[in-house]
Amino acid sequence: MARAISTRRKVTFTILGWTIGFLIFFPVLWTVLTSFKTEGTAIATPPQFLFFDWTMENYVAVQNRSNYMRHMSNSIVISVGSTLIGLLVAIPAAWAMAFSPTKRTKDVLLWMLSTKMLPAVGVLVPIYLIFRDWSLLDGLAGLTAVLTLINLPIIVWMLYTYFREIPGEILEAARMDGASLAKEIVYVLTPMAVPGIASTMLLNIILAWNEAFWSLNLTASRAAPLTAFIAAYSSPEGLFWAKLSAASTLAIAPILVLGWFAQRQLVRGLTFGAVK
Amino acid sequence: MGSIRLENVSKSFGEAQVISALDLDIEDGAFVVFVGPSGCGKSTLLRLIAGLEDVSGGRILIDGKDVTTTPPARRRLAMVFQSYALYPHMSVRGNIAFPLKMAGAGREEIERKVKDAARILNLEEYLDRKPRQLSGGQRQRVAIGRAIVREPTAFLFDEPLSNLDAALRVAMRLEITQLHQKLKRTMIYVTHDQVEAMTMADKIVVLNGGRIEQVGSPLELYRNPRNLFVAGFIGSPRMNFIDGAEAKKLGAATIGIRPEHLRLSATEGLWKGRVDVAEHLGSDTFLHIEMDGIGPLTARIGGEFPVRVGDTVHVTPEDGKIHRFDEKGLAL
Ligand SMILES: Nc1ncnc2c1ncn2[C@@H]1O[C@H](COP(=O)(O)OP(=O)(O)O)[C@@H](O)[C@H]1O
Ligand SMILES: [Mg+2]
Repeated sequence: MARAISTRRKVTFTILGWTIGFLIFFPVLWTVLTSFKTEGTAIATPPQFLFFDWTMENYVAVQNRSNYMRHMSNSIVISVGSTLIGLLVAIPAAWAMAFSPTKRTKDVLLWMLSTKMLPAVGVLVPIYLIFRDWSLLDGLAGLTAVLTLINLPIIVWMLYTYFREIPGEILEAARMDGASLAKEIVYVLTPMAVPGIASTMLLNIILAWNEAFWSLNLTASRAAPLTAFIAAYSSPEGLFWAKLSAASTLAIAPILVLGWFAQRQLVRGLTFGAVK
Repeated sequence: MGSIRLENVSKSFGEAQVISALDLDIEDGAFVVFVGPSGCGKSTLLRLIAGLEDVSGGRILIDGKDVTTTPPARRRLAMVFQSYALYPHMSVRGNIAFPLKMAGAGREEIERKVKDAARILNLEEYLDRKPRQLSGGQRQRVAIGRAIVREPTAFLFDEPLSNLDAALRVAMRLEITQLHQKLKRTMIYVTHDQVEAMTMADKIVVLNGGRIEQVGSPLELYRNPRNLFVAGFIGSPRMNFIDGAEAKKLGAATIGIRPEHLRLSATEGLWKGRVDVAEHLGSDTFLHIEMDGIGPLTARIGGEFPVRVGDTVHVTPEDGKIHRFDEKGLAL
């Protein structure tokens, strides 16, 4: 009897899981499908799911109208750059907070997080003015710096959580085994911290890749990343659903591929410490 | 060479004094056990010797040299942690080789010494495994292997067996004792288990509340406990304490008598009581007896002594086995 119930539960939960998964994934799937429709089929009612005339014309049109490769390379520079600079700052910070905390460590962490509670638009004007006066508008350096600062609290928090999981006794063991501080860091701490650093890096690249608010407001064309490239298809000449979908598909494809290959690392990183 | 000397060593964490000024001499090659209830400061004392904590006062000398401010890496001591503290990303080989690598040993030397250690500890088959693929006992052996390869001046063990099951604990206890006989190095071993202390130590240091209660060989502590605490802590089952009129008769505030020093008879004896609980271990029987006018006593008698719960028995302490204590708990 117990067995029958548990099988039924398993079936129920499996179906439920797949259904929820499909619902979450559906918008992405719909975008990809729409990108292969003609503008006419894209707005047809009732919507056509799979049986329409597949076409590549939107991709051709998008390629002709804008320089996809430039936007993509901008996106790569900004997301990877801001992540690496962020890590450079955050690793020592999180390190110090995890391994030699003071009475104020918790306050500092909370204070950093509190900056994320402020709506970004609240500081748009001052930042815009600074960018204008320092001629940083529509430049990669400025946008990279802003994204570094925006995501820094999250990077520090994530790293802090990972570093806290490293048992102090292992570091003490290294000291007893005759390791100097430098050797302790190179041979023991870093290898144990790498999984945490790697998943922080991946997550932050994804966050930066998808960032739109600052990209849209601080770039025009030269430094525009893929998020700005999508936005360019949304308004000026009315709505072209199919072309917009093609642009979106092109924009998310690289990060989707990265996410697919890194999923094990990501899941491991995000549940690090949750399952002992 | 591995004599260790503590002079007036104390340690506070903020306001809380965990170790109060204590002196201790550990001779080269001795097996010394720090024993005491949990929270009494055993680990802290060991970590002070290791250099993992800084002293708040006093001096620590190793082989006559003041090492009070020497960092742990340069005290030439090896430590085995309760949690094993193996490097999770290194194989067993990597773990054992690590101290040698840190000391700058050559590849051949490392190879040879790791092999030797693995042979001594029965780890030869596991050299290429990661710590997480090992059982608790094997992890413990790797931790010991990592400690012995560097040929340290002294070994420090912090409750190394407390995560193992009972059978394995007894086996590892023996292995560590044999290791000490083979290596003839100073070992300091921390435990809260007085059986481990009694079976392994040349010298036991009984700690309580950050103070040394008594230092001595297992049998010295067993025969002549200096105070009530040591008397109650050393020996299993625990010593019986009797106060009131019976103690007054012997001119003491409290008298103590070990369960194994009580003689039982069905017909006659000094005290009379009723058997409450009988625990049969086969080799021994522990009787919990409710004594008239004295209270509960534990007696340890032969394995097949014919007695049932509820029987009336007479109990007599053996000659010269009664310990007497004054009002302050000190032995008279
Ligand atoms: N780093 C520390 N900070 C504050 N208190 C500590 C620290 N380490 C140990 N203590 C305190 O010191 C006392 C002794 O601890 P410990 O030496 O670990 O005891 P034992 O090993 O005998 O169980 C305990 O009361 C413990 O709470
Ligand atoms: Mg302890």
